[in-house]
Amino acid sequence: MKSLNMASAVILVLLVLAGIVASQALYTVDETERVIITQFGRPVGDVIDEAGLKMKVPFIQTVNRIEKRILVWDGSANDMPTKDKLYITVDTFGRWRIKDSLQYFLRLRDERSAQSRLEDILGSETRNAVAKHELIEIVRTSKDRSPEVDPMLADVDISTLLPITKGRQSIEADIFDAASGKLAEFGIELLDIRFKRINYNESVRQKIYARMISERDQIAERFRSEGAGEAARINGDKERDLQKITSEAYRKIQTIQGQADAKATDIYARSYNQSPAAADLYEFVKTLETYQSVIDSNTTLVLSTDSDLMRLVKTMGAAE
Amino acid sequence: MHNSHYGWRSDAIERRAIIARFFESHDMATQRGAPDLSQIPLPRGIVPLAIAGALVVWLLYSALFTVPAESVGVIQRFGHYHSEVEPGLHIKWPFGIDRVTLVPVKRQLKEEFGFSTPGATFGDQASAPNQWVLETTMVTGDLNTALVEWIIQFRIEVPFDFLFNVRDPGDTLRDVSESVMREVIGDRTVDEVLTIGRQDIESTAQVKLQDVVNKYEMGLRIDQIQLKNVNPPEPVQESFDRVNEAQQERERMINDARGEYNKAVPRARGEADQGIQAAEGYAIQRVNKAEGDVQRFNALLAEYLKAPEVTKRRLYLETLNEVLPRVDAKVIVDESASSVLPLLQLDTAKSRVEQ
Repeated sequence: MKSLNMASAVILVLLVLAGIVASQALYTVDETERVIITQFGRPVGDVIDEAGLKMKVPFIQTVNRIEKRILVWDGSANDMPTKDKLYITVDTFGRWRIKDSLQYFLRLRDERSAQSRLEDILGSETRNAVAKHELIEIVRTSKDRSPEVDPMLADVDISTLLPITKGRQSIEADIFDAASGKLAEFGIELLDIRFKRINYNESVRQKIYARMISERDQIAERFRSEGAGEAARINGDKERDLQKITSEAYRKIQTIQGQADAKATDIYARSYNQSPAAADLYEFVKTLETYQSVIDSNTTLVLSTDSDLMRLVKTMGAAE
Repeated sequence: MHNSHYGWRSDAIERRAIIARFFESHDMATQRGAPDLSQIPLPRGIVPLAIAGALVVWLLYSALFTVPAESVGVIQRFGHYHSEVEPGLHIKWPFGIDRVTLVPVKRQLKEEFGFSTPGATFGDQASAPNQWVLETTMVTGDLNTALVEWIIQFRIEVPFDFLFNVRDPGDTLRDVSESVMREVIGDRTVDEVLTIGRQDIESTAQVKLQDVVNKYEMGLRIDQIQLKNVNPPEPVQESFDRVNEAQQERERMINDARGEYNKAVPRARGEADQGIQAAEGYAIQRVNKAEGDVQRFNALLAEYLKAPEVTKRRLYLETLNEVLPRVDAKVIVDESASSVLPLLQLDTAKSRVEQ
């Protein structure tokens, strides 16, 4: 019973030892990494690129895992001047990966130092590129784009797209070209570098805002003036139309009345002038009609006994 | 969170942590220890049985996994990509030999820029609120500034690429999206950005973003980019409002003037027509009257021609007969009287006596 216990204890110890050795000798490589085996700190053998279960010499050799995926370099936002002396805050980022794992491992050892090297090189290349160009070159990309214009603002004099000669992508490419050679020495392949954010520095911002405000005020004035102008035009139309309408009506009225008067006069004339007797009668009748209207209660009538009417008052004698 | 990436051992456990943060996923491969049975006092003989039982439970727990309907499971054997499995219950090699990562390929994922909606299930859906202003502030192609909020909607199309090609795909997508959006905004005027150019910006940015994503083989498909609030910066906002006001004022001025026009002109037209109608009435009346007068005169003339003297005398006397009674003061004087003046005084003397 005791020897059995001893035997099982030995087996147990051996099993544990075997387990420890196995755990030191076996290791896995993920799809996302490569492995460099070092022996007392010195790399041995090839870089292991294939994922899976691998074996090494236990205890002596160490597994160093190197990232295989595309990595990010996220630059810190820095203030820098452009060629036209505008202070802007530039935030860039880049993509990179470890191309030469051994070189990378030997020169940088870990990702922290890689990031700081990237920051040094890309940061200064970015600064150089920005200082060599005017702001608009970093803002715009395409050279030949003409902006759409709101028809309401079509003839307002507002700032439009400013012309460029290089453009953002081309400057990004310049930085890329300048930096990728330097980074290759560290086994790093730079995949790209892009401007993430470009903003006006606080000191510039107020000026930009002031310009935007004055531009908007100008547009507002334009609208007001357009409104007043259009209203004046409509008022003018109104005046013109009113004058036209009333004067045309006046002309028509006078014409109609004149024609009617002429026609009536013609009718009268033709009748009253048809013969001397008619003219005589007309004059006589018209005179009598005048008496009708002239003589009223206030009239003092002095009648002579010589008159046709009063002849008989003086003498019975009939008219001679 | 970036600090953890700088470590030399960016191994699988770290990646799994990121993926888990990414999709609230439960990684089936996470090793969990067997229940600790040593504390429980049990009769002899039961212990080996219990250990065996626990081992079986552990084995099953470690070997079985389910893939939810919206996902696929990516199996890695000793770290090596092995296969993808469809939704359902599956068996894998236990004890960490096979590892499964769930990738929600059918879920539409969203990243928001400049704001955040609650209930995000995806770690990189929105940035911290203190980043929002920086995220949205952009310089336009006429060197103005605009604040642009937007979202991107995307899907994971190729799980292998998504997991193994790029570290932090969510963060990468955010960076690329910000960069692309600024590139597009930088080629437009502030008026295009704020008003008429929105759709154009959305579609252009989507194409450009998809290009970059394809270039990195991130395994993503960009479904949509939508602009949300697009505003001028706060200090400038007021002047943009003034433009809107001025625009309203212009419309109002024009409408008022049109109102005045419409108030006056149709009325004047009506009044003109009225005058013309009245004139026509006058014309008809004038002619009719003339014709009537003439008819009457002609009738009289016919009688007159038959006996001119008598008719004349009759007309004369008839008229006087009508007229004379109206006259109060009638003075008849002899033809030989030298003056009528003294006689005219009679009238006033008579009225004085009557008083």
